[in-house]
Amino acid sequence: MAAKALLQVEGVETYYGNIRALSGVTVAVNEGEIVALIGANGAGKSTLMMTIFGSPRARTGKITFAGTDITEMPTHEIARMRIAQSPEGRRIFPRMTVKENLQMGASLDNLQHFDEDVEKMFTLFPRLKERIAQRGGTLSGGEQQMLSIARALMARPKLLLLDEPSLGLAPLIVKQIFDAIRELNRTQGLTVFLVEQNAFGALKLANRGYVMVNGKVTMSGTGKELLADPEVRAAYLEGGRH
Amino acid sequence: MAISTAASDKAAGNNVFATAIREGLYAGLIAFGLFVLLIGLKTDQNIRNELVIVQRWGLLAIMVVIAAVGRFAYIAYAVPAIERRRAAKAAAPAATSVEESFLKRNLNTIGLAFLFLFPAIVVTFSGLQGSLKWIDNFGIQILIYVMLAWGLNIVVGLAGLLDLGYVAFYAVGAYCYALLGTEFGWSFWILLPAAGAMAAMWGIILGFPVLRLRGDYLAIVTLAFGEIIRLVLINWREVTNGVAGISGIPKVTFFGLMSFNISDENYFGKVLGLAPSGVYYKIFLYYLILLLCLLTAFVTIRLRRMPVGRAWEALREDEIACRSLGINTTNTKLTAFAIGAMFGGFAGSFFAARQGFVSPESFIFLESAVILAIVVLGGMGSLTGIAIAAVVMIGGTEILREMQFLKMVFGPSFTPELYRMLLFGLAMVVVMVWKPRGFVGSREPTAFLYKRKAVSSAFTKEGHG
Repeated sequence: MAAKALLQVEGVETYYGNIRALSGVTVAVNEGEIVALIGANGAGKSTLMMTIFGSPRARTGKITFAGTDITEMPTHEIARMRIAQSPEGRRIFPRMTVKENLQMGASLDNLQHFDEDVEKMFTLFPRLKERIAQRGGTLSGGEQQMLSIARALMARPKLLLLDEPSLGLAPLIVKQIFDAIRELNRTQGLTVFLVEQNAFGALKLANRGYVMVNGKVTMSGTGKELLADPEVRAAYLEGGRH
Repeated sequence: MAISTAASDKAAGNNVFATAIREGLYAGLIAFGLFVLLIGLKTDQNIRNELVIVQRWGLLAIMVVIAAVGRFAYIAYAVPAIERRRAAKAAAPAATSVEESFLKRNLNTIGLAFLFLFPAIVVTFSGLQGSLKWIDNFGIQILIYVMLAWGLNIVVGLAGLLDLGYVAFYAVGAYCYALLGTEFGWSFWILLPAAGAMAAMWGIILGFPVLRLRGDYLAIVTLAFGEIIRLVLINWREVTNGVAGISGIPKVTFFGLMSFNISDENYFGKVLGLAPSGVYYKIFLYYLILLLCLLTAFVTIRLRRMPVGRAWEALREDEIACRSLGINTTNTKLTAFAIGAMFGGFAGSFFAARQGFVSPESFIFLESAVILAIVVLGGMGSLTGIAIAAVVMIGGTEILREMQFLKMVFGPSFTPELYRMLLFGLAMVVVMVWKPRGFVGSREPTAFLYKRKAVSSAFTKEGHG
């Protein structure tokens, strides 16, 4: 299993100054899977995402992608391995238009497949087509999230990292975005590693899931198993399905 | 009904005037209180080196009257006019914005045509000798700053790297031409690219240590860099001749074919059979700097549509997102520094050729500040806005020099050009109050779907960092 994994995170520890944010995290994402990482605020989910991208860097442990050690690689080189990220807080370019944002996403291939890929994004997120000439900063939160995901997809990634795609969005929009992710996975075999606070939606979407508490992975299993687990239910699910 | 509205209008009008008179009197009173010691009395030295108090009641009276009348006019006329305009705008929304005026649509074309015809217009109106001042002090001077500001715009406006030491590259270019031109007698046309390359190299040298810095930290380091270059120029006397500077810098030749030295065989006037005059050289320099400016603009416009230009703008918006999209931010920043510096170097070598003399005095921090002020006032990233800002700021300074009649008011020792900082301050305040994002604040998109569409920057969020 470990040998086949597309992304393998082994015993990674990350520090912010002297504060340990991740302690011995081991996570594997296999090709064609959707894997969800759930946990409370400050558990270290986003830190793991950022660590995979090399900023902050893991102090110990090893991260391999498709058999290559990427632990010490500069961030932009990691992106060139075809790992794309829709980061926390979306981080679109607010003063650039939607089209320019998408062009930035496709800059790895120097816009070679731009026209073709943009059409795919329009079928995936029709809203973006209407907004193509608008500035990123003028979009609504949900549209910005769609743009952030589309921008990441423009790089034709092998692995898509999604950091809290449902953050601050209306339930209907969240459903649209989760549907789109499922669609991408089903039709194109895109591998997705998803960080979510919205545990119910994420686990329903994912093949497998990990639970993170205080910088440690405390539990793992298939999405269904975790959804049924009484501890997970008590900690993340009871008291409202988001 | 109609009569009663008219009556109430009249009453309101009287009311406004009463308020305005009252406000005017108050303003006069406050001005008097403020200025009575500041302006009314002045300490001075007399011939025997004694400190004496000079009384300037006339000047004080003028200031108080200006304050009072200004306040009165503002309340009585300006405020109602603004109110009326606002009301009219609210009554007819968006009706005016459909068709932009001819002038507005063709601003760039008209501006360019004017710039190319400028020397001809001036010579026609004020004769060959009379035109010297206009072409040199206004035309060339303003265009040098336009070019510098457009060069800095690449670093500050596009890449979002706040550079307070841009004048360093200007100095590198100027000294590159001054030193190599006087020592080896090399032609301007060889040294122009050399100066650009030299400045670009220094841009990269500066760029490396500051790659990790952003915003205010970057500003401080670049400020220090500007000062370092200036201090080196002052203290490295063996090479740069210190504060005395370098003189006798050779003139630019007409592409090596003709010279602008009257004593030379192939003097421009002799070859073309014209009467000798200094104006030819100035006109030639005018067109030279105009072409250099256009080169800067052309390169900027082209680069913005290319991946590196897009990466600059993305970098300005969000560096982390850039990196996670596979952009090498190190190279991107270094190219911005290098290309911005290169244009500074071009402008510097032109400056040296035009002055015939360079000294560290020309490359003080104030110059960096002026160039940055032009970029900010014009609207970061907008070439048109920056050009207009340069005309206002530099042209305004030159016009101050022309206002010798002010000596009648303030006495013979008054030198109006010393008040140019006042002009800068005023322009800053005015632009920041009415157009906080600069004269042309909206960013022109580089990628279009159907047609160009500029969204006012007021609707978009500011990038961070």
